[in-house]
Amino acid sequence: MEKELRLMKGNEAIAEAAIRTGADGYFGYPITPQSEILEYLMEANPQETTGMVVLQAESEVAAINMVYGGAACGKKVMTSSSSPGISLKQEGITYIAGAELPCLIVNVVRGGPGLGTIQPAQSDYFQATKGGGHGDYHLLVLAPASVQEMADFVELGFDLAFKYRNPVMILSDGAIGQMMEKVWLKPQKKRSEEIFPWATTGKPASRPRNIITSLDLDPERQERFNLKLIAKYREMEEKEVRFEEFMTEDAEYLFVAYGSSARLCQKALQLARAEGIKAGLLRLITLFPFPKKRLNELAGRMKGMLAVEMSAGQMVEDVMLSVNGKTRVSHYGRMGGMIATPEEVVENLKSFIKG
Amino acid sequence: MAEITFNDIIKPENLTYRKSRLMTDNVMHYCPGCGHGTAHNVLAEVLEEENLQERTVGITPVGCSVLMYNYIDVDFQEAAHGRAPALATAVKRLMPDKFVFTYQGDGDLAAIGTAETIHTCNRGENILIIFINNGIYGMTGGQMAPTTLPGMKSSTSPYGRDVSRMGSPIKMADIVALLPGTCYVTRQSVNTAGGVRKFKKALKKAVQYQNENRGTCFIEVVSNCPSGWKMTPVESNKWMEENMFPYYPLGDIKVPAE
Repeated sequence: MEKELRLMKGNEAIAEAAIRTGADGYFGYPITPQSEILEYLMEANPQETTGMVVLQAESEVAAINMVYGGAACGKKVMTSSSSPGISLKQEGITYIAGAELPCLIVNVVRGGPGLGTIQPAQSDYFQATKGGGHGDYHLLVLAPASVQEMADFVELGFDLAFKYRNPVMILSDGAIGQMMEKVWLKPQKKRSEEIFPWATTGKPASRPRNIITSLDLDPERQERFNLKLIAKYREMEEKEVRFEEFMTEDAEYLFVAYGSSARLCQKALQLARAEGIKAGLLRLITLFPFPKKRLNELAGRMKGMLAVEMSAGQMVEDVMLSVNGKTRVSHYGRMGGMIATPEEVVENLKSFIKG
Repeated sequence: MAEITFNDIIKPENLTYRKSRLMTDNVMHYCPGCGHGTAHNVLAEVLEEENLQERTVGITPVGCSVLMYNYIDVDFQEAAHGRAPALATAVKRLMPDKFVFTYQGDGDLAAIGTAETIHTCNRGENILIIFINNGIYGMTGGQMAPTTLPGMKSSTSPYGRDVSRMGSPIKMADIVALLPGTCYVTRQSVNTAGGVRKFKKALKKAVQYQNENRGTCFIEVVSNCPSGWKMTPVESNKWMEENMFPYYPLGDIKVPAE
């Protein structure tokens, strides 16, 4: 089968990519604006074709714990939700991180706090990148800015999850989940039959029993485990930082953005350049690990950086930590489901330049 | 008839009661007189006799039996509090040829995990749920459980469970028996040799039904908690027989049509 060009919603692209990449299971619960993922999978009914299990759970809590059980068997399993549902999943996510299991979690972010709104937002950045649940851990976080990346990051996410035995999150938003674009879909892959030596698949005589747990009552051993996790996160910071730069060679001012905000910054960049402002853009693709080194390098030759995000100012804190005072940093963001216009962003850049 | 010597008696083939080969040599953390150890051994015997070690995945709860994976030599997953049936659902759906069981206490199964219990049974997942009901939170030090009896004292019901304020003890086996997804629901005990034999028989039936994909099997074991109840093991068993069994009567609640 050749790769195929389709017109799809971001949510549908995630679902179709999950089937094609050979996922073993999806466990979900309906919530706007991402219900199309579960709906698409139910309609596609991959259990009959690839053998992929698709199950509507009784809650987000149950869904993430199904993911935990499946991941503990070494299966390629995933779930998706939107902000309030992702909050419910945090218990399961910290157990999965603590048990060092691979899985994929999709958050199609909507405005909050609380029940908030069903419109797009980027206000779950802290939750996604700093852990989210209790205990010292990180997810590897991918931020798609197009329907194409929604599809591509499913396979990439699973690859990274298994490489590091760590949960990976696709942090999207309601705009990318709902909008339709053309997307190149990869050919169908067969589901893997690999049996991992650590997975709970029934104990043969040839190995000791496998125990998947996040519990260790011995504080010295638990601390050694914490150090091991930290080493894993440092390795991600060395090897997995992904970002994209636009017109940074001669830029004096840098937009820093991800997802939907990065797309409107691409337009704002053109508008600013037309007015003679030497603007550039660094689009984050991984939110954790964060491109600290690159931002610190760029800070040396920038007059300022403007973090643009649909939140009250979350990602901007990591920009500040990265540049460590080398240049001015400010933030512009709309909230509650409001999306800034490129013109608005340029106006904000101009007032930032004036100081 | 030839004379039977001591050495004949201790020959392995002549031993009727022995530790299951699937029980590890790890020292158990359970309190003296607690039913968990017996329940573990009976389960291990059944897994051994049914040749299930190579295809068993067990899910342990949060509670006294959280460390069960140290005692039975099969693959285990340790769930978050109350979530074991959700893990088991995924394991069985993704690997239908495995024998999958959860082992949960009353706080885990009947309080925080009620939704997972009900919906797993309602979907009729082909798993076995073993429910140890001792009417108290043992591990955290004897707090009131959803199954604590009316008037029963615990560290969070120091004047006795007042059902007008705290509700009545919940009978989970009777509730899940109402769901079409359950195939076999029974309530057993392990405080006597007869009880142990019946529990073992129930486990064997559950293995058979899971092999036949007949739906969820739910075995409640009414058990004791000498430490939490602040009694000697003998007193606790007597108290259980006199107080727990009338409220949670032993026997089959639902059996599949043959």
